[in-house]
Formats: sequence, structure tokens, C-alpha cells
Amino acid sequence: MKQMNWKELPHAGTILKAGNANEYKTGSWRSLKPRWIEENCIQCLFCWVYCPDSAIPVKDEKRQNFDYDHCKGCGVCAMECPGKKGNKAIVMEEEGK
Amino acid sequence: MAVTTTKTVAVDGNTAVAEALRQLNPDVMPAYPITPSTGIMQSFTSYVSNGKVDTETILVESEHSAMSACIGASAAGGRVATATSAQGMALMWEMLHIASGYRLPILMALVNRALSAPLNIHGDHSDGMGMRDCGWIQLFSENAQEAYDNTIMAYRIAEHKDVRLPIAINMDGFIISHSIESMQFIPDADVKKFVGEYIAIDPLLDIDNPKSIGALVLPDYYMEHKRAQHEAMLNATKVIKDVSAEFAKLFGRTYDMFESYRLEDAEVVIVALNSAAGTIKDEVDRYREKGVKAGLLKPRVFRPFPYEEAGAALKNAKAVCVMDRADSYGGYGPLFMEIASSLFPYRGPVLFNKIYGLGGRDLMPLDVDKVIEETVEVAKTGKARMVKEYITVRN
Repeated sequence: MKQMNWKELPHAGTILKAGNANEYKTGSWRSLKPRWIEENCIQCLFCWVYCPDSAIPVKDEKRQNFDYDHCKGCGVCAMECPGKKGNKAIVMEEEGK
Repeated sequence: MAVTTTKTVAVDGNTAVAEALRQLNPDVMPAYPITPSTGIMQSFTSYVSNGKVDTETILVESEHSAMSACIGASAAGGRVATATSAQGMALMWEMLHIASGYRLPILMALVNRALSAPLNIHGDHSDGMGMRDCGWIQLFSENAQEAYDNTIMAYRIAEHKDVRLPIAINMDGFIISHSIESMQFIPDADVKKFVGEYIAIDPLLDIDNPKSIGALVLPDYYMEHKRAQHEAMLNATKVIKDVSAEFAKLFGRTYDMFESYRLEDAEVVIVALNSAAGTIKDEVDRYREKGVKAGLLKPRVFRPFPYEEAGAALKNAKAVCVMDRADSYGGYGPLFMEIASSLFPYRGPVLFNKIYGLGGRDLMPLDVDKVIEETVEVAKTGKARMVKEYITVRN
């Protein structure tokens, strides 16, 4: 994406287009990466509720795999995940492992 | 429209500014009154109570909240004003940068008062100089008339599409804010016509076009935003000149970036802001009668500072004494630094700096005489005794 120069910026940096944060990829900020273990997932959607970003896409009321372009690896989803029979459906792993 | 007949009145500076604000009729005026600017809000809230203005006043719980409310109301699309002094401005400081960064043309009447400690309520410029780098346009006013005229011109400057920056109108606490002088008000209809309607850029209350302001900007874009803000400040110079010229044509009083008083052929020059300029002009006249080529340069616009023009106006003088009613401890006075910067391209006059009037300490005609006499001496010898010195201080 070509970066704007100072003359091209919108007045006062106001954001005029709704939802354009989606164009800004923040996945590279992550040091820990959540991994989804589908067989342990009960589709409670706690992870979707607690995710402070929009890194858990939901389709037909079911969560899909992580949107790693926007997940910053905060780990809140893994913390909140109730799992199935004591086995977490989300685990945090070192990035690049 | 020719020069309008105006009414001569006897009022203090606060009343003069309150009258200008009544005529400007802002949409919102959040404030947390503080001495010596209290009189502005006292008069203004009576206008609100008596239905003389359409303004919504918001009496908030602190000055930080006052400026925050100004920012919210201005971003919503309103014409907004506030008034404050000293600690009030200091508490606003964080938000002053937000106001300029969001490019909101908020008007602040800043009645100059010394910053604590020691606690003091009297006039000096430490508050005005404390907001020097906040991105606000700063106008200074010698007397009630200038404070009134600058306030009338403020929105025309701040709201210009090439500028869109907040603006502060400075006048000396007590010396001007509480002293009654004769001055002239412009008729309401003429002010209304001069100021015109405000059209906000991207107002938040335009709900058909939702938008977001104040987004996080990281190292990849922050400098571009700041560069654009600097350009707006540079653009302000032309706008200030244009608006002042239109004002002069309509209302007969002339203003520029600074006032040159008997400066044309002056060999010894004093530079000073605000009310002290009145006293200095009297003494310049007395010394002129004695054959001394004395003159005064009184900056009206401190940001954007007119470096090139001030440099050109001073370069042929022999000695220039810059008088600061504020200090940068361990540095030179803030006005001195600007004048020194203005003169740096020239092998110009000998420069020196006097700190005076802190915390409302009087500057008497005899004190000015001593400064002029020292400047004459410096012009003669080509050497300043010391670069920076406190005057009227007990040694």
C-alpha cells in the first residue's frame, strides 16, 4: 500500500470510511500465537465475545480459524476458553515455533 | 461598507472581551472561571441568563474538563469559546495539544497571570509562554481595545480553511482585565456580518456521514500529521494579515503581525508584549523629544512568529533590548529567544534581555527610562553589560 504524504492526509486525520481498521494489519505485533484445537471446541463463542479485536471470524453461528492478520496474541481467548472435559480448545504457543 | 460609527465606552478588559463574545455568539462555552479571567464568564453567563446569546454554557469541574468539553463541542461542529488564566491554562495543557492536533478552531480568552509557585494571581506572561508549543495561534493585546478587536477577529483567522487551528487572545491580568479604559465597541450587526456563519469540516454531528476522530497514529504517519499542522500555522500569517486588513477597512483600526512604534529610523529599540508597551511608548516619546532615536516593536502575533519581518524591522538598529514578562529559568526570556532568532541572518544590533514584571510587579515609567538609557549606552559602546538581567528586583 502506497503511503500518503503530508499533503494527501485527510483534514485533521479524520477517518471518513467506516471499518477501515481492517486494512491495517497488526498480526506482526504478536509474540504468542493462539492455536485452535477444533475437537475440543464446544462452540460456546466465549472467545468471540472476549476477543478485544475482531480476530475470531464467525460463520453460521460457528467460529472459524483465527484471523492472524489482526490477532495480537493477547491470550484472553485462551484464558476464557472452557474447553471440553478439561481440555482447552485454544492454546497459546510461541510465535514462529 | 465604510468605516462604521462606533460607540465610545468606559469598560475594563474583561467586560470588553465578554462583549466581543456576546457579539460572536458562540454555540458552546465551557469554562471553569479563574482569577483574573472570572469577569469574562461572570458577564457572559449573565448574557446567557438574560437571553442575549444562544450559547450553551457548560460549567465543568476543572479546566481540563473545560478544554475537553470545548474539543467535544467543536468536533461536533459548534463554534466554541472558553476563558482562563494561569493554573487553569496549565491544567488544560494536555488538551491544548489535542485541540490543535484535531484542528479545531476553538477560541480561548487568556487573561495572563503568573503561574504558581509561589502562588500569585497577578499578571505576567508565564501562562501564555507555557502554551507556546501547543499549536495554538497566539495574539497579544496591549489594552482593552486590542483585546476586543483581536477577539472579534479570532474566529475569522482560526476558522479559515487554510488554517483551522485554535486561537488564544492574550491580555494582561488586572492591569488590563480589571482597569477601566475608554474604548470603542463595533455595532452588533457589523460584527455579525464580519464574522459570518461557521461551516465545520467533517463535524461529528453530521450523522449521515459517520466518522472517527482521534485515531492512534504510529511512527509511520505521525510526522506527516505534524508537518500538515505546521503548514496550517504558516498559512495563518497571510490569513491574519488579510483579516486584519479587512478589519481596518471596515472599522478603522489597523493591526499587523507586530506594531512598529517610531521604529523606522530608530537606533535604540525596545521589544515588549502587551500592556507594558503603553508605558514604553510614552517614554519613547519623551526620549525622542530629547533627541534619542528610540522606538518600540510590540509583537501582536507570537505564534506564528513573524521572524523575517521582525528581523527586517530591527536589523538596522544599533541596540535592541527585549523585555520579557516571563522567564525560562536557566535560559533567556522567551521573547528574547524569538527576537534573537529573527536577527540571526544579520550582523545586526547588539541584543540584550531584561526580565520584568513577574507576578504583577509594576513597570513604572522610570524603570523604562533606565532601560532606554542602558540601550543608548549599549548602542554607543556596541557591548551589552550582561545579556540577561532581572530588573525592578531587590538585589
